[in-house]
Amino acid sequence: MISFDLLVAICLVYVIFLFGVAFWAERRAARGQGGWLRSPAIYTLSLSVYCTAWTFYGAVGYAARSGLEFVTIYLGPTLILVGWWWTLRKLVRIAKTQRITSIADLVSSRYGKSNMLGVIVTLIAVVGTTPYIALQLQSVTLSFAVFAPDGVGPWRPTDLDSAALTVAVGLALFTVLFGTRNLDANERHHGVVTAIAVEAVVKLVALLAVGIFVVWGIAGGASAVLERIDTSGLSEMPILPGRWMALTFLAAAAILTLPRMFQVLVVENEDERHLATASWAFPAYLFLMSLFVVPIAVVGLAEMPAGSNPDLFVLTLPMAHGREGLATLAFLGGFSSATSMVIVAAIALSTMVSNHIVMPLFLHLTRSGATISGDVRKLVLRARRVSIGAVLFLGYLYYRLTGGSEALAAIGLISFAGVAQVLPALLGAVLWRGATRTGAITGLVAGFVVWAYTLFLPSFGEGAVMGARLLAEGPWGIGWLRPQALFGMAGLDPLVHAVVFSMAANVLVFVLVSLFDFPSPMERLQGAQFVNVFEHSTAAQGWSQGRAEAEDLLLMAQRILGAEDAQSLFQRAAVAQGLQGYLPEITPEFLQSLERILAGSVGAATAHAMVGQIVGRSSVSVEDLMRVADETAQMMEYSSQLEAKSEELARTARQLREANEKLTELSVQKDAFLSQISHELRTPMTSIRAFSEILMTGADLSSGEFRNYSRIIHEESLRLTRLLDDLLDLSVLENGQVTLNAQPVMLHDLIERAVVATARLQGGQGLMIHRDPEAERVELVTDGDRLSQVFINLISNAQKYCDAGAPELTIRVCRTDSAVAIDFIDNGSGIPQKSQAIIFEKFARLSDPRSAGGAGLGLAICREIMVRLGGSIVYLSAQGGAAFRLTLPLSLAEAA
Amino acid sequence: MGKHVLLIEDEPNIIEAIRFILSRDGWQVDTHSDGMTAFDRVGALRPDIVILDVMLPGRSGFDILRDIRADPELCALPVLMLTAKGQVKDREMAERMGVSRFMAKPFSNTEVLSSVRELTGG
Repeated sequence: MISFDLLVAICLVYVIFLFGVAFWAERRAARGQGGWLRSPAIYTLSLSVYCTAWTFYGAVGYAARSGLEFVTIYLGPTLILVGWWWTLRKLVRIAKTQRITSIADLVSSRYGKSNMLGVIVTLIAVVGTTPYIALQLQSVTLSFAVFAPDGVGPWRPTDLDSAALTVAVGLALFTVLFGTRNLDANERHHGVVTAIAVEAVVKLVALLAVGIFVVWGIAGGASAVLERIDTSGLSEMPILPGRWMALTFLAAAAILTLPRMFQVLVVENEDERHLATASWAFPAYLFLMSLFVVPIAVVGLAEMPAGSNPDLFVLTLPMAHGREGLATLAFLGGFSSATSMVIVAAIALSTMVSNHIVMPLFLHLTRSGATISGDVRKLVLRARRVSIGAVLFLGYLYYRLTGGSEALAAIGLISFAGVAQVLPALLGAVLWRGATRTGAITGLVAGFVVWAYTLFLPSFGEGAVMGARLLAEGPWGIGWLRPQALFGMAGLDPLVHAVVFSMAANVLVFVLVSLFDFPSPMERLQGAQFVNVFEHSTAAQGWSQGRAEAEDLLLMAQRILGAEDAQSLFQRAAVAQGLQGYLPEITPEFLQSLERILAGSVGAATAHAMVGQIVGRSSVSVEDLMRVADETAQMMEYSSQLEAKSEELARTARQLREANEKLTELSVQKDAFLSQISHELRTPMTSIRAFSEILMTGADLSSGEFRNYSRIIHEESLRLTRLLDDLLDLSVLENGQVTLNAQPVMLHDLIERAVVATARLQGGQGLMIHRDPEAERVELVTDGDRLSQVFINLISNAQKYCDAGAPELTIRVCRTDSAVAIDFIDNGSGIPQKSQAIIFEKFARLSDPRSAGGAGLGLAICREIMVRLGGSIVYLSAQGGAAFRLTLPLSLAEAA
Repeated sequence: MGKHVLLIEDEPNIIEAIRFILSRDGWQVDTHSDGMTAFDRVGALRPDIVILDVMLPGRSGFDILRDIRADPELCALPVLMLTAKGQVKDREMAERMGVSRFMAKPFSNTEVLSSVRELTGG
């Protein structure tokens, strides 16, 4: 039997070894020799702080109680590392560019450097992590107890408690020593990380060794173990889909939101590319860690006496077979799991507590003194050290209070669910620009409250915090508020129930409030930088013109960064600006970079406030930010104006092009018109010239020929005159220069006048006109001369073009309330369909000129006149002949 | 050497004038006033010269000229073109198509007569 003293000695030696490793690594790193300290292997191994004592011991216990469900705890992180690799890379990039020190800092920084959010996340982290630390202490004391023979001798319960206290103090010491050497979180904790990596190897080797011993040493080989598994109760344990999904989700969320995981995964990351290695190597590590869990559980259940704690099979199985060396190794593995978790968690939590609670409080209290007095650097370090102590003390306290009453796994899951509440705000921070501070705060609080109400408080057991009645009947007897059956969802697994409701409340409130909230300018700027970190890794927020004294800034920086670092920082900046001295110009860029470097030590919100104090403003004023926002808005407006301008230009160009096309078209039309006129004028002139030359030559013409040729000359002269009259008439009408002489007239009189005039032209023969004198008794107020000109045109058209054997024209009048329609329909063959559209155009003469004396302007003139008179002329098709309808208002004034 | 002219023109008074001028000089004058059938008439009559108007009902004088020049048997036929559209581009177009002579209306009677004589080698 290993004696108590020997075990303590082994522990001590191991701890001293770890100290040595950490110290050595720090020295190497400080001398710049530790290249391999920054390797992806060390990074991957450091991620193993995920595997705590809960995983080391608890997984076997979990398997013994619930079968394969323990796999979910490994499944979640594997999914994240393999599938969400790009989100992790984004987190790392953001953390580097913004000098993020913790998950609370990231959330606070993203949502407008809100310290309120920092405080909330810190509190959630503390509340969620404290039970977990207690769990580690418990596992160490329990593992000590395994080596105690039946609670006699030196192994009394008080000794166990004191052992837990000793462990807690020892861990605090280690953490303070190696976790608070540097203030700047971005200068990584090489010592701690290296020690963690060593511990990762120890626990893996220990667990594999126990597994191999159990499989080949006890069970008798792989096939025998598989047989045992098949016949054991484990294989019959049901797989509950709801729990599987909830647990996988929790484990996945945990790797992103657990403060210690954020610390090793994001803050301690040396190089983004290490993530690529970790994305396969860490799942592989998890696989090895889980490989022998089921065999150990099955063999343990079979071999160990009934009632023995399955959480400790890893220790008790080798012990029962007298393998004390192996048991000691397993003990060291568990010890490593516990200590590494506690150390990293303490570092992460203390950073959060000091940056988001202690420092803001301190700044607030000393605000009256215009500048910061005392050595802030010392203050920050002291705050961190005290925080480490406080965190570990809290864990110890929790351990003493609960007294190891719970199964290890249950505590771990409750913590996971609590810390997972940060997930929506975290993902929103890096993926959704619309996420706002108020949304994040309300979502976090809602989720946290539901978690506490449905899971955390009931976990203390009936009657501890919540009464049995409250659990059974709900507060004030309101059934649907029962903590473990919200809205009557009874029968659900309490964990699944809590996860579903807390996350639903969280996400719902976060999204809804964000959608309806209006973010401040600072939030907009930070949101853009976080979400689009890959587009612009350089920052753009912050200080405008400051009247800060460089010396004041240097003094402050010295207090935080230390004299040497601060001076060299300032000097570098001065050199970069091309200055001789050691103080740089206080440009906004310098202030920004300084603020970011300070943020690495004290958090973004605090750094912002500190620089703000010296620059002369307590923070960037709303006005400044509004101005930045305004400028942005102005630029956007300007560019949209430019866009509008160019659109306008394009529109103008299009209009010009159209106008040009129209002009070209008009010009073509004009040419065609001139060409037409030329033709119409030259044709009669040709006849006139030819025949007048014939007459002039005095050739011997018969008297018949002489008369005929003289008549032709006369006719063609009249044709010319008529053409010129029509052209002038049309021109006047088209230009709108016509003066209308509106007077009361009788329609009948006008038609009569036109009929008489046309009959005279043709010698009163040929066309037969049908009329209805009664219908024609319509009194009009219009220009009678113009209207009868239209009538004459239409009647003479019928005379010229109606091709019927006995040409007839029907004039039909139809009167309505305010208008009159006059139809002229002949009995000829009418106008072909294809020509009907062009008959009102100028020179649209359809037949050959032998039968028609006009130049094709008649209908064009008619149309112009009708328009002037407020009416219209249309061709009526399918009337059996050429048919025109005139429509006219009864009074010209009414139409005008 | 025959003196046979085909006048393709649609204005009755102009037809009358040209017929008078040429027949007094001893020409046999045939007339045709429809553009669509004019080319066939040319082929059928085989006159010594064609006097061609541009603006014809049915088909333009330019199209008829093109057909004449494309016909291997008619391509050498002298064509005197008369048009009331005396624009430069019409003249250029007619010349490109191989018109023998292009005259604008109104024309001088003696000019028409001498052109017909010259073009027929008289």
